[in-house]
Amino acid sequence: MFYLAGLPRFFKKKATSGMTRETTAKARLSIDGWVIAAALVIGTFYAILTAARTEDPVMSVHAYLFAGAFLFGIFVLIKAYYDTSERQVNEPADAPIKYNLDVIKAGVIASVFWGIAGFLAGDTLAFQLAYPDLNFDVSFFNFGRLRPLHTSAVIFAFGGNVLIATSFYVVQRTCKARLPGNFAPWFVFWGYQLFIVIAATGYLMGVTQSKEYAEPEWYADIWLTIVWVVYLFVFLGTLWKRREPHIYVANWFYLAFIATIAMLHIINNLTVPVSWTSTKSYIVFAGVQDALVQWWYGHNAVGFFLTAGFLGIMYYFVPKRAGRPVYSYRLSIIHFWSLIFMYIWAGPHHLHYTALPEWAQNLGMTFSIMLWMPSWGGMINGLMTLSGAWDKLRTDPVLRMLVVSIAFYGMSTFEGPVMAIKAVNSLSHYTDWTVGHVHSGALGWVAYVSFGALYCMVPWLWNRTQLYSLKLVNYHFWISTLGILLYITSMWVSGILQGLMWRAYDEFGFLEYSFVESVEAMNPFYWIRAIGGACFVIGSLIMAYNLWRTARGDVRDEIRSLAPEPVPSPIAAE
Amino acid sequence: MFNHDIFEKNSIIMLIGILIVVSIGGLIEIAPLFFLESTIEKVKGMRPYSPLELAGRNIYIREGCSSCHSQMIRSLRDEVERYGHYSLAAESMYDHPHLWGTKRTGPDVARVGGKYSDEWHKEHLVNPRGIVPESVMPGYPFLLDTPLRFNDIKEHLEANRMVGVPYTDEMIELAESDLRAQVDPDGDTDGLLARYPKAQVRNFDDNAKVISEMDALIAYLQMLGTLVDFSAYKAEGPELR
Repeated sequence: MFYLAGLPRFFKKKATSGMTRETTAKARLSIDGWVIAAALVIGTFYAILTAARTEDPVMSVHAYLFAGAFLFGIFVLIKAYYDTSERQVNEPADAPIKYNLDVIKAGVIASVFWGIAGFLAGDTLAFQLAYPDLNFDVSFFNFGRLRPLHTSAVIFAFGGNVLIATSFYVVQRTCKARLPGNFAPWFVFWGYQLFIVIAATGYLMGVTQSKEYAEPEWYADIWLTIVWVVYLFVFLGTLWKRREPHIYVANWFYLAFIATIAMLHIINNLTVPVSWTSTKSYIVFAGVQDALVQWWYGHNAVGFFLTAGFLGIMYYFVPKRAGRPVYSYRLSIIHFWSLIFMYIWAGPHHLHYTALPEWAQNLGMTFSIMLWMPSWGGMINGLMTLSGAWDKLRTDPVLRMLVVSIAFYGMSTFEGPVMAIKAVNSLSHYTDWTVGHVHSGALGWVAYVSFGALYCMVPWLWNRTQLYSLKLVNYHFWISTLGILLYITSMWVSGILQGLMWRAYDEFGFLEYSFVESVEAMNPFYWIRAIGGACFVIGSLIMAYNLWRTARGDVRDEIRSLAPEPVPSPIAAE
Repeated sequence: MFNHDIFEKNSIIMLIGILIVVSIGGLIEIAPLFFLESTIEKVKGMRPYSPLELAGRNIYIREGCSSCHSQMIRSLRDEVERYGHYSLAAESMYDHPHLWGTKRTGPDVARVGGKYSDEWHKEHLVNPRGIVPESVMPGYPFLLDTPLRFNDIKEHLEANRMVGVPYTDEMIELAESDLRAQVDPDGDTDGLLARYPKAQVRNFDDNAKVISEMDALIAYLQMLGTLVDFSAYKAEGPELR
């Protein structure tokens, strides 16, 4: 996997014809290999030093984990250094581009793995709420510690791996250029997995900043920052090497996602560690300032991680699968700039009627409502891409999944602005309605568009003519859709019921219900939600099986009412 | 019409464009909060957490309590009647990070201090459904058996001072003894109470042999919302809705 094509000119611009993309036989490791090796050696020493000095048991576990991972990386690089068999010399310029597909394959496998793990963790939480004895009252299995495990696993482990894998695929294809470096992309991949493992094991052992969707402590945050900067440069480096004059629209969204997440992550996690050998740190912001920084981050984790990045997927995979160009080039420009401008303002809608100044709440509400427009602009651009290809929805369940994901995107980006209205928010905030809203976006939009992309990519990456079984895709689609519907409808009912019970007054002007009566009333809905979640888990297992058989090259014997999978190139219409 | 090519053909210009566009909203909304009177005003009674309370707060954070319990009473009529005076910005001025929360699977705890006895909290944390049969809260029996780790409590106070909490040299120097003093009702607590007015001194988990995590957590819960005297506080905040 780590073969040495050894491009010495790391960020070389596009090669002009006549020149040769030469690789020298002298260098046994490309530049990025040497840089990473040096960093890993330093990192190993530092990790061992920390492990030796710390009195914090969790820090000691994590320091050894870091050291082990770094040593493994060094071992791989040493192996690559001596493995000279695959080195190539003087490759002609017109030779077909050797895309780096191995790292994407790894990303696909990681996505499926973390996806199932994250969905399972979420459904476990759902059952714990329905039947609390399932907490077993053990520290590491209690709801409070499992909850960040679930959110991080689905957002960052599943979503993040899908984004890294698809962005590496899309940027190479649309730039007609290989990812720069032989090891940098692998560093991004494995570094990111290490971050996930550190974060997840930390939660179970009680290490958390308690900032939602930014729970990992300072040392995990620093590690993620390093990985993320390398990711940005691998992505930019591919753009710099491109053989196309224009940067394709999907890459705008990926770039906005990578750059903005870096900004949000760094600022929201500014913190002072208790000591260099302690897992605990204190955030530099206090109280109301911290609350707004947190929701500026939190809402834009939704806006840039779960929206912009996945819109990148939409802008590549939907046209590709439908065999139609993107509906409107002009709309994509407007969509892009207005979306990223307005999202940033919307954070205060998480803090209505709190101690946050009212003008900030109103500003947040206003922009949240305005945000409806660019969101639906994007939805229209995605859906209308199917003009002339709507018939494929009947025959291609993968395309159906992609289209339904856009429909869910439209629905939750309508629901979001409604819930951001202060009058609505006074009812919905703190209730299950928010949870339902999040999941209609997360399951319906993010997961479905990811599943669609995975179903597209696996045959392409493993060089198979078709998926193992479209029937299984169909089962996956219907079982998961049933699950999502159970989930969001039960949370609508329970959330609104909760909100109404909390504010109900009896005829004498007293509050009608005690809090615990509202807890009791939730129970049937918690069961329905847990069953819906189970459907979603089952669907993802069907997908895993289908993708595994596809990668193996198996084709299930079933009647195919469908033409072979389409592979035309997406060109923006104007 | 404006030509978009300049962005599409140059990744660095596009990157700069993105960074400018995404910076505006945050700057305009967040920066004023560090200067406005309503967000930085000081209210009588607010003080930094005592070392034991801070340790308890860290257990509250560690166990993820804030995923189900908010600490922010909104200025809505039913919330004020259910939980007490709406939360002021000043009440979380020493909170690094804030723990306002976003979900009430359980009730708000911003003013839970003094509402229940220590005994109630202990029993409830060990076995919630033993006290409230309909509760969906997990049990935390292990807090009772786990001794509190506080050998580095001094560094915790120092880190807090670095981020702006006004711990004095004296507070930092005496952090460990203050922590011990707060669970020892028979000892000398004058110094502790002078440094941390209204600090409650009790053996919270009713076990004098060991300072447990339960001691710290209950000490934190019992002080929540008790520092500001609302019979004396003049509310200039928004009207109740």
